[in-house]
Amino acid sequence: MLRVHPMAVLDPVARLGRGGLTFFQRLGRAHLFALELLRAMGATLARLRLAIEQMYSVGVLTFVITVVAGLFVGMVLGLQGYNTLVDFGAENSLGVLVALSLVRELGPVVAALLFAGRAGSALTAEIGLMKATEQLSALEMMAVDPFRRVIGPRFLAGFLSMPLLAALFSAVGIAGGYFVAVGLLGVDAGSFWSQMHSSVDFYDDVMNGVIKSLVFGAVVTWIALFEGYDCVPTSEGVSRATTRTVVHASLAVLGLDFVLTALMFGG
Amino acid sequence: MPAAQVERDTVVCIRGLTFARGGRLIFDRVNMDIPRGRVTAIMGPSGTGKTTLLKLIGGQLRPESGRIDIDGEDVHALDRRGLFELRKRMGMLFQSGALLTDLSVFDNVAFPLREHTALPEPLVRQLVLLRLESVGLRSARNLMPSELSGGMARRVALARALVLDPEMILYDEPFTGQDPISMGVLVQLIRQVNEVLGITSIVVSHDVPETLSIADYGYVIADGQVVGRGTPAELQQSQSPWIRQFVQALPDGPVPFHYPGPNFAEELFDEYR
Repeated sequence: MLRVHPMAVLDPVARLGRGGLTFFQRLGRAHLFALELLRAMGATLARLRLAIEQMYSVGVLTFVITVVAGLFVGMVLGLQGYNTLVDFGAENSLGVLVALSLVRELGPVVAALLFAGRAGSALTAEIGLMKATEQLSALEMMAVDPFRRVIGPRFLAGFLSMPLLAALFSAVGIAGGYFVAVGLLGVDAGSFWSQMHSSVDFYDDVMNGVIKSLVFGAVVTWIALFEGYDCVPTSEGVSRATTRTVVHASLAVLGLDFVLTALMFGG
Repeated sequence: MPAAQVERDTVVCIRGLTFARGGRLIFDRVNMDIPRGRVTAIMGPSGTGKTTLLKLIGGQLRPESGRIDIDGEDVHALDRRGLFELRKRMGMLFQSGALLTDLSVFDNVAFPLREHTALPEPLVRQLVLLRLESVGLRSARNLMPSELSGGMARRVALARALVLDPEMILYDEPFTGQDPISMGVLVQLIRQVNEVLGITSIVVSHDVPETLSIADYGYVIADGQVVGRGTPAELQQSQSPWIRQFVQALPDGPVPFHYPGPNFAEELFDEYR
């Protein structure tokens, strides 16, 4: 006969409790990490050269993937938009649809998702390996603060790169949409540009997109750096942290996008 | 020896050090004195917390209780700035070398100079070449860490640890995983660093013959306690079962061959009862 310990019924409750504790402990550590990061920002800004070097490597990592993805997303938008608008005889407004979709939403969001997958995971792996190979400990023992020398510059680089990548994504996407609409489907080029020009507002649309991508850049880079810094310093720990970065950063981007969109365009 | 003399000759003074991790007691009221200008070996089986002890001395970990004084300064009472000032006076050689993987050999050795001094670049170059020459790797200065063997990486790390002229240097398992030639080179370098530069050296290792060959004084730690101390000759002649097992590499003793568990015969025939 199967014997069940009377306390076994409480196991799921215990697991839930343990899971909750672990979650809040990690959340607490992530916020302490963010505080430490903010404290190191003065020193990071004083040595901008380090951040610029990191921007270069982050940019190189994500440039090609952003251009290719932006091009295809813009082309799909052109095709889908045309099929819908042509039924109403409004295909001349295709430029507006493509541009607004890109600068308000798809530019910041998709570029941030690509950034999380490419540069975010690379940052986690890099910091995680620095921890596993005792490089962070060595910096501490050389009286060099890793937050000022390693983590701060990478954070600033991610934060500043994100709007540039989102802008690149949107620009290439608009070019892709133009190619499909004007080149393939025969939409009038003048209407495409002039309607876009008159309907896209610099502050309401473009700047809100930039604000979004700054927020996404900060959050994705924060998550990526924290996961690397907090990982179990083994090869298995680093690989798990890399996966967590992509999952958590992507979910954070999508969730925050809703919050920011509601605040900016909700009414 | 008068008390004042002892104090002056002791760089690191550890009193009542207690440290626990994950509910396990690593050190239980440990006392140690590290003499100035000597090579002190800290030996013990794997997992006894030798590296942890170095991290406690360097202020990277905090003890539950007890204190560690370096030149009379309580390491764990220092704020971050004070701790960093203290660390500028000590070098540490990590087990893996811990070279910064995105910098060349030259830039790794130059790193502490560029971070902590405002020396002009030509002078930095001379100092770096001087240190690299002393570890025999001047001509390897343009290599990246991934192109170095384990022994070479440790020699570069030694050059980096020495470049700021520290008063004390901590070696974490410097001989682990080295071929006989690299091991010989490292043994010789550690001894030379101590003799030529007069730097206090703490060598944490479980490679007994190599460590005892260069040490002036040694501690054996096991089970959270100091189980033996003395000169290499005293340790080799010790009758303590801990030290005999460790120094003579005996497979069984206070550190058992069998992982603790129920009696073998009882477990074998348990199902027939």
